[in-house]
This record gives sequence, C-alpha cells and structure tokens, in this order.
Amino acid sequence: MNSYRHSVVLDEEKCTGCTTCIRRCPTEAIRILNGKANIDTERCIDCGECIRVCPHKAKKAMCSKLEHYMHYKWKVALPAPALFGQFNGLEDIDEVLEGLKSIGFDEIYEVAKAAEMVTAYTRMYLKTDHIKKPVISSACPVISRLISLRFPYLKDNVLPIMPPMEIAAIKAREKAEREHPELKPKEIGVFFITPCAAKVSYIRNGYGGFKSNVDVVISLSDIYFMLLSAMKRGNPPTVNSEAGMIGIGWASSGGEATALLNDSYLSADGIENCIQVLESIENGNIPQLEFVELNACIGGCVGGVMTIETPFIAKTRLQTVRRYLPVSRNFLSGEEAYVPPEFITDGLPEYKPITRLSDSMGQSMRMMAEIQQLRQTLPGIDCGACGSPTCRAFAEDVVRGRAADGRCCVVLQQQKQQNTYADSMKEDEI
Amino acid sequence: MSEHLNFHYNVDGENFVSAGQASVQVKKNLRELGLPPEVIRRVSIAMYEGEINMVIHADGGVADVDVYEDKIVITLDDRGPGIKDVALAMQEGYSTATDSVRSLGFGAGMGLPNMKRYTDDMRIDTTVGVGTKITMTINF
Repeated sequence: MNSYRHSVVLDEEKCTGCTTCIRRCPTEAIRILNGKANIDTERCIDCGECIRVCPHKAKKAMCSKLEHYMHYKWKVALPAPALFGQFNGLEDIDEVLEGLKSIGFDEIYEVAKAAEMVTAYTRMYLKTDHIKKPVISSACPVISRLISLRFPYLKDNVLPIMPPMEIAAIKAREKAEREHPELKPKEIGVFFITPCAAKVSYIRNGYGGFKSNVDVVISLSDIYFMLLSAMKRGNPPTVNSEAGMIGIGWASSGGEATALLNDSYLSADGIENCIQVLESIENGNIPQLEFVELNACIGGCVGGVMTIETPFIAKTRLQTVRRYLPVSRNFLSGEEAYVPPEFITDGLPEYKPITRLSDSMGQSMRMMAEIQQLRQTLPGIDCGACGSPTCRAFAEDVVRGRAADGRCCVVLQQQKQQNTYADSMKEDEI
Repeated sequence: MSEHLNFHYNVDGENFVSAGQASVQVKKNLRELGLPPEVIRRVSIAMYEGEINMVIHADGGVADVDVYEDKIVITLDDRGPGIKDVALAMQEGYSTATDSVRSLGFGAGMGLPNMKRYTDDMRIDTTVGVGTKITMTINF
C-alpha cells in the first residue's frame, strides 16, 4: 500500500542520474532506475535533502499556484515566521503583512501567533504528571514521520499538541466564519505559505487519520517574488502584527525550546544530527531532559528548501525584526488550565516495519544471510554507480529482487582484467 | 532451525566518538529482520552499554550478535583488565571509570546493571589480567 503522496517531484529531463541524491538521502529512499532518480515513497520522510543537493536542480517540491485559487471569496494567508527573514532591511513585519493584502489576501493569520499559543500549552503540558520525558516537539513533520517509521518506541514522547500551522488554520477559519457570517464555509480559503516540502506533504496527506485544516499550500519563494514588487516601504501599514519575540523565534532552531523558559532542553537541527539525537534518546544515553526540539533543516524552518535566503542570514534578520517586539502577545487568560482538546492530537502515523525483508522471520533471516554473502563480494567503496546508495544497499536490493546482480561496474572491471590476464597467459603458452 | 545469523563488530578502543556505532548498525539489521520494536530497543541498549564499557575499560574488543529464530545472543569479548569483584560491579552507581571518562558523561555506574535489566540472561566470565567475556540473551 502506497497511499502517501509526497511533494518532491523529479524533472526527468534535468536528471542525469548522477547519484548525488542517492548517497545523501538519510533514509536510503532513492535509487537510480533507468538513469533517473526514483524515490521510494514509503521510505521518504520529505526532508528535502535531495532537493538541496541536486546539482542539476532536477528535484523540486510541488506547491499550488496562488492564481489558481483566486475563486475563494475570502482568502486568509498563514505566513510562516520564516517569511519575515527573507527581506533585506525589513524593520517592521507589518510591511510584509500589508504586502500580502495587496497581492490578494483578504486577511492574515500569523503562524507565529499560533506558535506562541503552542508555547503556552507546552509549558502547561510539561507540568502534567506521568508523561514520557523528554517531550519531543511535534512541529517539524519530517521528525514526526521519522519517529513513526524508525523510532516507534519514542512515539509517546512526541508532544501531543498540534503544530502551530494547524492551530493557525483552525483559528483563522473560526475567525473568518465569525466575522463574516455571510460567507459559506467553502468560500473561505486558508492558505499556508510554506518554507518547506514536508509541510506540503503533511497538508496533502493529513496526519495519522486527521485531515489538515489548510486548504491551499503556496511556496514561500513564490510569495516572496510577488511581495517584492507589492511591498511599499514608507506608507503606514493598515494591518498590525499580532506576534511577539517568541512567535517569530520559532522560525529558527532553538526558538521553540528557549521559549519554554526551562533550561533543561536540547535543540538540534539538520536531519543527520536529529537522527543521532533520537538514537541517543532511544538508548537512554542523554542527560535527563524536559524538552527536545528537532528541526530537519539546518538552522530550523529558515533553512527550508522553499526559502530564498541562507538560514544564517535569515536568522540574523529576524533578530533585527524581533528587537522591539514584546516577548509574547498571546498570553493565555488565567482560566485556561488545560490544553483545549481540539488542539490535542496523537497524530503520529502507525508504525510500519517498512524496511522488513519479508513477513516471516525465517525467510528474513535467509535473505539477510544472502545479503551478507553478496556484500562480501562487493568492493565496499559505495560509489553509487549501480544505482544503489551503498554496496550494502545494493546487496539488499538484489536479494529483494529490486536490482539485477552483475551491475557492479567495479566487479565487472576486475573480472575483465582477470580475463585479459588469463588470455595473455594462454597466448604465452602458445 | 539450526541456521542463524551472525553480525560481527570490532569495537575500537581509541575512539569515544564512534562508540555506539555497532549498536546503531545492529538496530538497522534487526529492523530489516522485522523484530518487534521493543526487542530491538532492548538489544540496542544492552549492546550500546557493552560497547561503551569495552571502550572505557578494555581498550576495545569484539562484539558478536547472533540471531536465532527465537532469541538473540550478544557476546562481548575483550582483553582488558578483567573485573575484580563482579558483585560490586553489578551494583548501580559503582564505577571504576577515571575522572576524565566521567567528564565525558560516561562512567555513571549503570552499564552492567542496565545490561542485566534489558536482557533475559547475562553471564560474565572474567579473569583479572586476562579479559572479560559477557554473554547476554534476549528471548522473544
């Protein structure tokens, strides 16, 4: 069953089958088949690494185009805070929000605002008795998918609160329906402006059984270019940002964790680093921690593949923008003593042993023995020329029947040399 | 079925940074065999603690993971100093690790107790001055 729809697509004309992506994929999900990179959708976690490393720009993430969705009567934009780090010399977030209005949105609901709510709820949740610690952030969909596929034991450590984007979508729709009773629900469109491919997949597929409240996903880079011409500096903006330092801080790595005002946290970014941290948590090989924030992209969301600026510059710009903001503008009223149930989710997909060799243990063991044997005959240089990322993966592909044996060019070369040698010996004998 | 699989690892005694590599690889292999996550986790923890012990105390050694249809046997074999008092070494919090090792966050005295806790059977054969061989079994 392969019902998961990923957002990464391949431009076959540009792909040269160069093997860069297969060797950089953290889950070994890509193979070169017939000279083109092919993604195993079950293994892919949408981290965007292949998009980032492709030297031919043959991989990209599919998003919707704003102009195709202008039929919604009331369009609400949900800008990820990473958007505000893209503009040179930006002093005031309101200018960007105003820009969003001038390119056709009727209303803005900042994801940073919802992020501040998640921060408040997380502080509450951390005080709950009998929860598994460390609590792991649920904000990065790559990490959530990785945990469900590879670290099922840590499933209960994941924060059971919806990510900011999702809460923003729910709140945005509520607000639009409340303020505009004349509109039918289907006339309201909630548009998320995404910095990464993973959130596109998340929105399209839903999440462990629930459907996302976002209607349309637009790439941050698309919006950026539209905004560049639409943003006018100097005019006093008519919209006011409702996010504080904390909400904007979520755009870069460490922002979510530091906002908890709890010094017992760890934050890591970059997919390989995140995998290492998860391995350590699983082995019980880290200090006692309250909270762990993991971001698949280097630098956090500002490092998403749909951003324009490098994550470090974007982060620096956000520091400037945050400078005079209040810490948070979304304090919960004192009455809220628990996390509202509509924001709670046990949204992780079921664990599926996707790398399992076969359904039967005996058969899997025989296959593993074959893999080990075949691996011994291979050169071990992991060149990728056969189309598999490593010699070990190639051996596995052959045993699984997904690749033909005899495709190793190093082995073929060695055989050829031996044959030439044998032939020359024969000639000598004559 | 008498057939079984063997995964063999050399644990490098010099290298703290790569300590734990074998347990990561074992995990990957066991996932491919389709073992339940809980079994994989127990093997991984026992293996990790054993690996670290060999690096800290014995300048490395060899680790073997033998997979049968109903159990996994982990064997850790080193030519280290041996364990003088096994009962004492099994006590939680007891450690002979040096300060420099502790400063790296190891040497909490939980290695052997954890290995015992996460396995169904653990046997320690040790001779002072010769080395230590630890055999752990996890049934499923």
